Amino acid sequence: MSEKIKFGRSPVFFDPFERRPGPIKKNMHYCPGCGHGILHKLVAEAIDYHGIQGKTMFMVPVGCAVFAYYYFNVGAISVPHGRAPAVGTGVARAVPDSYVISYQGDGDLAAIGFNEFLQAANRGEKISIFFVNNSNYGMTGGQMAPTTLPGQKTATTPFGRNVLTDGFPVHVAEMVNTLTAPVYIERVALTSTARIMNAKKAVFKAIENLKNRKGFSFVEVLAPCPVNLKMTADQINDFIENQMIPEFPLGCIRDRSAEVENGTVPPAPAHDVESVKKVLFPPALENAGAVKENTSEIFNRELRVKMAGFGGQGILSLGITLANMARLRNFNVSWMPSYGPEQRGGAASCAVIVSRNRIPSPMISRDCDLLIATTQTALDKYIGELKDDGILIYDNTAVTLPELPAAMTKVGVDAVGIATRDVGSPKFVNSVLIGVLSVVLEQKGLLNAADQADFEQAFTAAVREKFGKKPGAVESNAQAFAAGRQGLSK
Amino acid sequence: MAAKKFRVQIAFDECKGCGRCLKACPKKLLAVGNALNKQGYLAITAENADACIGCGSCFYQCPEPGAITIFEITE
Repeated sequence: MSEKIKFGRSPVFFDPFERRPGPIKKNMHYCPGCGHGILHKLVAEAIDYHGIQGKTMFMVPVGCAVFAYYYFNVGAISVPHGRAPAVGTGVARAVPDSYVISYQGDGDLAAIGFNEFLQAANRGEKISIFFVNNSNYGMTGGQMAPTTLPGQKTATTPFGRNVLTDGFPVHVAEMVNTLTAPVYIERVALTSTARIMNAKKAVFKAIENLKNRKGFSFVEVLAPCPVNLKMTADQINDFIENQMIPEFPLGCIRDRSAEVENGTVPPAPAHDVESVKKVLFPPALENAGAVKENTSEIFNRELRVKMAGFGGQGILSLGITLANMARLRNFNVSWMPSYGPEQRGGAASCAVIVSRNRIPSPMISRDCDLLIATTQTALDKYIGELKDDGILIYDNTAVTLPELPAAMTKVGVDAVGIATRDVGSPKFVNSVLIGVLSVVLEQKGLLNAADQADFEQAFTAAVREKFGKKPGAVESNAQAFAAGRQGLSK
Repeated sequence: MAAKKFRVQIAFDECKGCGRCLKACPKKLLAVGNALNKQGYLAITAENADACIGCGSCFYQCPEPGAITIFEITE
């Protein structure tokens, strides 16, 4: 006599749920009687049946199902609220032989992510979406959702949803049906076993369409949420049967999967792995491998820099250049901009932290080592953050210095003037300032003469990275760097 | 050929006692137990587990992945 499992835990689920924190590793985190668990089982069964587990990408929503990646042993991306179809589109295009499933709730899909969802449906992306409609926001404690029924009591509609002020329930499946592209649209419910079997058929169909790359498939699932609606298992089934189903009629709304031919796997986009690696991990220096130990203090300590001026001066770019210089020497860096909504004018500042250790916060509000200020307002605003023995580089044509501690190194320079006179354009002011900085660091004893070349090489590498396609710009920036050094030495 | 036999098994500590399976069972084999499990729920128990007909109703009603398992017994 032998036994074999007829119905049991799907192999698409992890066993146990190692990723789930806490001592309970066999159960999902959902409340008792939750529809998510039922739908998870159907989806897992369909993935297993169609044999696509190895190439499935699961778009995990925000909402109760936010931890679906604890449970499904498939590829998964946890996506910002409502953006699952948008991210799914990206995944489906970047990895064309993957199978993208998006699993979303009603707050996620029908409220904040409705546009992403409708646009993806309209483009006919070859993804399958499971939409869990439980008529409220479950995760946050049962607030009103777009799909809440008229008169239904929720945490935010204690007297029932008033259609005069709160509008009517959104019929997502019917709205999708107005579009041309979708291939398969069905609404099912998770109440009686017969209804669940219909839901299973719909889920299998959606996964089959996904496997055959037919096109956009959408299954709306009326799911029980007994805990938030304060009902027992029987009561919630009655609620769905007698109140939700009349509002959201069940059935197949569209099925063109027989007419549509199976899709083919489009060629992978031109960005092969090597080119992506090249962009993400550029060689650190031109003669990589020849990184030598630098003895200067500037190469071995944390440096906190703040730059401030008005928008359009290139303050933020200056910060990026400095950050890139440090990044190319394998420092940890952070770059934190702060600017107004306008592209030109307004106050702009950025904070750059360079460190051999971890950077806990990218903000600088005190203990700043170096302040570069190009306007009077910027100087007045940020001078308090500079250390008493810090370095101040300011535009001496625009700024009048207040009374400052004697230990502070104050360097006034007409960087715009130098750039215009010596290089021919005020555009190169940032490189002039970095040239000035290298001299100031030398004078302060932070940068040895021996390491001066490495500083300049880091600058050249950073500029080359930015302007690699314009050899003229690289040259002019190098010229500006030299002009900055000379301008201050004079 | 002998009729197929089945057995339903409920993992005591995995059940959350929501009661969805109770009504679903056509043979009414399941009942609310009287002991709290590790999670603090009154777990469902199968009283006459061998009388199961293997329809799978309780399995599909159950929101937990592995709380209910139905075995097919071959002689």
